[in-house]
Amino acid sequence: MKVRAQISMILNLDKCIGCHTCSVTCKNVWTGREGVEYAWFNNVETKPGIGYPDDWEDQARWNGGWERKKNGKIQPKMGGKLGVLSKVFANPDLPEIDDYYEPFTFDYEHLQKAPEMKTPPTARPRSLITGERMEKINKGPNWEEILGGEFSKRSKDYNFENVEKEIYGQFENTFMMYLPRLCEHCLNPSCVAVCPSGAIYKREEDGVVLIDQNKCRGWRMCVSGCPYKKIYYNWSSGKSEKCTLCYPRLEAGQPTVCSETCVGRIRYLGVVLYDADRIGEAASVEKETDLYQSHLDIFLDPNDPEVQRQARADGVPDAWLESAKKSPIWKMAMEWKIAFPLHPEYRTLPMVWYVPPLSPIQSMAQAGAFGEKGSMPNVRDLRIPMKYLANLLTAGDEEPVAKALEKLIAMRAYMRSISYEGAEDATIPGKVGMTAEQIGEMYQLMAIANYEDRFVIPTTHREYAENAYDLRNDCGFSFGEGCGEPKQSVEWTGLFAKSPAKQNP
Amino acid sequence: MADYLNQFLFGIYPYICLAVLGLGSILRFEHGQYSWRTGSSQLLRRKQLVMGSILFHVGILIIFFGHLVGLLTPIWFFDALGISHGAKQILAIVAGGFAGVMCFVGAVLLIHRRLFDARIRATSSFGDTTILLLLFAQLLLGLSTIFVSLQHLDGHEMVKFMSWAQRIFTFRGGAAELVADAHPIFKAHLFLGLTIFLVFPFTRLVHMLSAPIWYLNRRGYQLVRTKRRNPTGKHVAPPAE
Repeated sequence: MKVRAQISMILNLDKCIGCHTCSVTCKNVWTGREGVEYAWFNNVETKPGIGYPDDWEDQARWNGGWERKKNGKIQPKMGGKLGVLSKVFANPDLPEIDDYYEPFTFDYEHLQKAPEMKTPPTARPRSLITGERMEKINKGPNWEEILGGEFSKRSKDYNFENVEKEIYGQFENTFMMYLPRLCEHCLNPSCVAVCPSGAIYKREEDGVVLIDQNKCRGWRMCVSGCPYKKIYYNWSSGKSEKCTLCYPRLEAGQPTVCSETCVGRIRYLGVVLYDADRIGEAASVEKETDLYQSHLDIFLDPNDPEVQRQARADGVPDAWLESAKKSPIWKMAMEWKIAFPLHPEYRTLPMVWYVPPLSPIQSMAQAGAFGEKGSMPNVRDLRIPMKYLANLLTAGDEEPVAKALEKLIAMRAYMRSISYEGAEDATIPGKVGMTAEQIGEMYQLMAIANYEDRFVIPTTHREYAENAYDLRNDCGFSFGEGCGEPKQSVEWTGLFAKSPAKQNP
Repeated sequence: MADYLNQFLFGIYPYICLAVLGLGSILRFEHGQYSWRTGSSQLLRRKQLVMGSILFHVGILIIFFGHLVGLLTPIWFFDALGISHGAKQILAIVAGGFAGVMCFVGAVLLIHRRLFDARIRATSSFGDTTILLLLFAQLLLGLSTIFVSLQHLDGHEMVKFMSWAQRIFTFRGGAAELVADAHPIFKAHLFLGLTIFLVFPFTRLVHMLSAPIWYLNRRGYQLVRTKRRNPTGKHVAPPAE
């Protein structure tokens, strides 16, 4: 057993209202630079839909993640090491920028500088790559917002596999949900595995996956290696960039920008302990539907004295062990089992998990009553098909998702019996295998969702690792070289520098 | 005057170019690794890149290693193997010609894309376009030397260039005189080749020094970095209870 700690995230999709505050605040902080205008380290997709970039979930098309070979070992779906290297001259699995969208701005200046004319002036779009006029914008980072577009397009969603999808094209049966996405900071990251430069690494202390900007050479294998398409190639700097889990904030004990600014309070951050020696074993189980359980199995109980002893021996600081005991992630994912990894079938062991959303009872209008289960509606009558959620979160296994949704409904019913009906219905918790105390705790964490309950983040003891005196007058986190303004053009300055006249407007 | 120029271009200039290549690359690597990258534009336009880049790179790698081995292997080595100078020249013409045509097709595709695709043109630096055109000019010169070589198939001319290169690399005098009477196309090819060495550290060409062959040697797939002073790679015995 080798104990490692990781800061993990859970998103409660039941409360996501799709406001995009997370995406916008993230963009303002991290990707407002030339070369990454098209990149959204955090984006929110409306599901069903093909997502951003196009069809990212379909690994038959993009070859991201891992695949299990006949001998039981896993290797990147792009190919083994030779296979990866054979793609350096031209990577057949790399999306083109049009698979995301061509970044654009508008001629805002024209609104102020237009001469007197009969019709009001307009701000027409202009490409941020070429600086040329774009007659028509035909894609954006959230092109399918709230089911905008035809069913024939969104029905190509990968999660419709084994779902009789035709009826969901009818207006009365349609359904939708939001899916905010960011880097999963996987335990078995395939981006790290396919980076031939060795520039991508996982931090031992907190599990954050980062790209060393000085070591990245722009071979762009990571972009296709990541099945979540959460690594973006900066076309200006020639380097790949990704979500950093706002590590400078985490180190100071603060939540990520997306979590901090989430108005729906759907995000949770906390420490989980896991056994690093069993990552390979967990990622290579034969059946895809077993991956969720094998992933759960390598997490370690922070209250187990044996685990604590080994964790200390492996260098996990005491403050982290204390945080692990109070971790909202441990409670939701491991104790209550109401949160799930996104697409475990990619075998990357992702560490950003999701609580599946409840949805209106589909058959109410027809049956005029709830389902069979006493006062509790049957989760299979929910408007969002169970199979769809299972394809998203458990590689198609409906049972765990159904149980989680039952717990969410039970929490509502139980709390309603106390606060609205005035009499506790003590039979409810037992029906979903929980105690009244646990449901109370769940209510506190998920409905009240206090800041200090959602974010339990220990500070990083950098002073043990580095001489803080050497860091004086340093410029902290910055892109490019040295302090001050981030360099827009990273061309060798001097003889062959890009001429300023060619800069885009 | 002609002697002086010949001495400068093929006796002195090579050392200037090699010094700038070596020192320049080291300095840039030390000082500015953030700018050290391939500069791939595949994300912006896939069209013409897949074919162009593969043909160009495979062709140019064959040519590069062909030159390296062909010019710097001592002549006695070929003699010992029993390969006649004429046979070696034929081999160089055939292999170089084949790889040259491959590289030519790739380069034409890449140049067309760089000059006439709006996205690529707008995001190209002066250095990106110049180095591509320089390489293309060098390739054309190299291909046209084939026609000169076909005039004399005894390998005599080729041995002169081998001796020249080996004298330069072993710091022996008299290198320039060896190529003084070479055909102007050969001389232009030598000069441009040296010039490419000269500008090498200032362009994206440096990415070839980072060719990621070490990747094949990586143990397993995952990389973990730690900032802790006592890296926990090795297990420390847990304290006794």
